[in-house]
Amino acid sequence: MTTKILIAGFGGQGVLFAGKAIAKMGMDKDMQVSWLPSYGPEMRGGTANCSVIISDDEEIGSPIVNIPDILFSFNIQSFDKFESTVAPGGILFADSALISKKSDRTDIKAFYIPATELASKNDLQGGANVIMLGKFVAESGLFDKDEFIDHMVSSIPATKAKLIANNRKAFDIGYNYKD
Amino acid sequence: MAKVLMKGNEAIAEAAIRSGCRHYFGYPITPQTEIAEYMAKRMPKIGGVCLQAESEIAAINMVLGASSAGVRVMTSSSSPGISLKSEGISYMVGSDLPALILNVQRGGPGLGGIQPAQSDYYQATKANGHGDLHLIVLAPNSIQEAADYTSLAFELGDKYRVPVMMLADGALGQMMEPVEFKEVAETALPEKPWATTGTECKRKKNIINSLFIKPDELEVSVNERFDRYAEIEKNETRAEEYMTEDADIVIVSYGITSRICKTAITLARKEGLKVGMVRPITLWPYPSNTLAKVAKTAKEFLVVELNKGQMVDDVKISIECSRPVSFYGRTGGMMPTPEEILEELRKIGGRIE
Repeated sequence: MTTKILIAGFGGQGVLFAGKAIAKMGMDKDMQVSWLPSYGPEMRGGTANCSVIISDDEEIGSPIVNIPDILFSFNIQSFDKFESTVAPGGILFADSALISKKSDRTDIKAFYIPATELASKNDLQGGANVIMLGKFVAESGLFDKDEFIDHMVSSIPATKAKLIANNRKAFDIGYNYKD
Repeated sequence: MAKVLMKGNEAIAEAAIRSGCRHYFGYPITPQTEIAEYMAKRMPKIGGVCLQAESEIAAINMVLGASSAGVRVMTSSSSPGISLKSEGISYMVGSDLPALILNVQRGGPGLGGIQPAQSDYYQATKANGHGDLHLIVLAPNSIQEAADYTSLAFELGDKYRVPVMMLADGALGQMMEPVEFKEVAETALPEKPWATTGTECKRKKNIINSLFIKPDELEVSVNERFDRYAEIEKNETRAEEYMTEDADIVIVSYGITSRICKTAITLARKEGLKVGMVRPITLWPYPSNTLAKVAKTAKEFLVVELNKGQMVDDVKISIECSRPVSFYGRTGGMMPTPEEILEELRKIGGRIE
């Protein structure tokens, strides 16, 4: 099965990191993976997005995701731009602290997580992306929870224990969040 | 070694280091600046040199100097920067100096844009500088290939004493994929008895030069180089054939675009269209024989590139215009979707029914 994921928001929201965490997890599970960022001036405060493809049975052709099976939307601009492109049967994860709209599509599953708000309430500034990853792992069924967290924090040096703890905490908040 | 997830630019830099490259000279330009960043971090730790020159022209001439001294050396840039390097590249060809020159292409002409393009095909394959010359031109389509062909570029350059260009694009430079590196032992680097390393009063001095005032001498020098080009054409031409055995329509595409085409082929095959692909891996020498062979059974060819059709003539010449050749491409930094290519395939499919 091949899953095409698009993660979109502002530069600085950890959009590229979230994509990298998914791609790395896929790679460590011996899947085919690709990660393609938007690049250029949009990285400096403008919109940023990345295409991630993971597959357990085929070589990845085009690395560009035009019709995502899974969309992460971290701002209203990306919601407006990409919500209509989600494949039928796909999943939308939207940061409802920043996006007041809801999708009126009936052919996709949509989850609204006030990730930015949850992050600041729990003293986890900049952790909205990891909160969303937690919800993604809970709802997509693609990866095991503990395995995903362990892989995600494995790139953080042990000396930054606080950062590891915060990432684990943020992930759990998202994983356990109910609408 | 285990697989690591890396950007194309970083993987190329790491592969170069593992291939014994200890000298990097460059000047920043999007979308390939990560190479210089990576080299700046790594080179000082391993006794190498990473130097940001005052311009692309300075950088390529530093490459010329380092290569004259016999070391493995590379430079990298993106389209407008490669134009600036053209003079130095020609001098390197004329001096028989190997080096890796990487072009992570962006849209042109002029300053153009910063998004992926393949619009330097003509430049790379026909005339990357003045004079009778060729460069070996390698076109990877994945991060693993980008790493592998970096090593290959150094090997071929040293073997034939020619500069080698790797033609990538902004997408390959910026995307991450798993990559596994091959270790090349330092001792495996070839001897270069021609290099200007100092005679120690033990041998005749070596001279690295591209100036031959006497026409008869220059002709001998160029002819000798073209003998080597003939060897390269015979031994080093590379292409991938993908589902060509039963294909009525054969796509010809290279680099990142060939991957979009593979997805389009999967979609087309589901609709019953028999589509395959020839992917040139060396853009020079061009895999004409592979195309000529495939033309015996194919009915039509479709060239797909991120430009306005620069490779079409090479395909027509290779198959001696024995089949219709059409073109689909996007340019300026735009990338086609597999569905756009599928639409072209449907049109051709309708014609050949």
